[in-house]
Amino acid sequence: MTVAILRQGDDLIASIQSDLSDREILTFRDELAERVGRERARGVIVDVSALDVIDSFVARSLQSLAAIVRLRGAEAVIVGIRPDVAIALVQFNLDLRPLKTALDLEEARAVLGRETLRGGVDGA
Amino acid sequence: MNGQESDSTEPAERAEPALPQPAMNESLLHELVGHLRQNRTQLREEWVRRITDAKLLGVMTQEEIFAEVTAVYDNYVDALETGSIETLQAYARDLSERIIPRGVETDEVLGIVLLLRDVLARSLFANYRHDADLLNRILDSYEPAANRIMVTVGVSFVEERERVIREQQEAIHELSTPVLQVRERLLILPIIGALDAPRARQLTEQLLGAIQANRARVVVIDVTGVATIDVDVANHLVQTVEAARLMGAGAIITGLSSKIAQTLVDLGVDLAMMRTVGDLQGGLEEAERLLVGDSYGAEQDAGTYEP
Repeated sequence: MTVAILRQGDDLIASIQSDLSDREILTFRDELAERVGRERARGVIVDVSALDVIDSFVARSLQSLAAIVRLRGAEAVIVGIRPDVAIALVQFNLDLRPLKTALDLEEARAVLGRETLRGGVDGA
Repeated sequence: MNGQESDSTEPAERAEPALPQPAMNESLLHELVGHLRQNRTQLREEWVRRITDAKLLGVMTQEEIFAEVTAVYDNYVDALETGSIETLQAYARDLSERIIPRGVETDEVLGIVLLLRDVLARSLFANYRHDADLLNRILDSYEPAANRIMVTVGVSFVEERERVIREQQEAIHELSTPVLQVRERLLILPIIGALDAPRARQLTEQLLGAIQANRARVVVIDVTGVATIDVDVANHLVQTVEAARLMGAGAIITGLSSKIAQTLVDLGVDLAMMRTVGDLQGGLEEAERLLVGDSYGAEQDAGTYEP
């Protein structure tokens, strides 16, 4: 299954509705990276609130997605990580610090509002 | 819980051999019980005197001891007569429920029942000392029953005690980690007492659940009330902060004592992730700044709260 990517203003919004296979998540990541460039998006919001489980592959893919998107000139924010998923994620021993997160879509737009004002010079 | 316990213990007790052995002479039992009833007042006073001499039940007044002693004595004799310990068991439970909160210890309870056994046995000796054969037969019927009663009372007391302890543990567990909403989007988690691994885990779950339920943006974790911390718990705390961040909430740790701060540094726990402020007041101020930065950041200067 593919993930629909919607555009709102300067942002792209993608909501992952069901578990993705390893191949599907990579396809999704590539498509997102491609559209960031093509549509000159400033922010990317990936909603994972429908996911009960995020395995280490998906976690790493989200991490690389954020890094790729940043290289393409936008900021990515992951929203809707559930409590038990969050507990599982921190136990993978991945360094998820570069990953920007927010509670929900509204929060994510607030985060992106701040980030994009800084115009990408944000060193943190 | 009480119901479960009696379900689990009673069948086992019923499975034991029935009390008045078939071999036991009905008239002997009648004789024994009659003797104990006849000398009720005197034996009861003797028992109370020995309880007082042994300095047992120090937390209760003389009148209370006498009232309980009377009830136990009557129950005891009834149990001897009928061979049914159920009434006595119920009474022992009820008694335990009343005296445990007052600090009566297990050794006191066992000591008291043993004293009653001694008092009664001595009275039997005195009464039947002229007829050694009758005395022997009376003791044959008395001793197993008395021991059985002793065990019943002791077990009831210990079970009741364990039940109270379990209830208290549950209560402590529920009370131990309240997550409080101070205002919109801001939670406080005051941690008081010893942090061990199970409690730290429970705390994380409660906190993350509360973040989701309250749409919290900032969480202040106050550890002023935590005396010591070990490496597992410290790492768990770091993970909790990171998990909260993944959900979209920033965490501020306040009230790290100098001892805990030293421990954390000595243990080499990675604290780079943690935003720490000296006390709860400072933590709340910092939290307010973060929240203000959030709501106006987009329109105004996004960096107002940056160091």
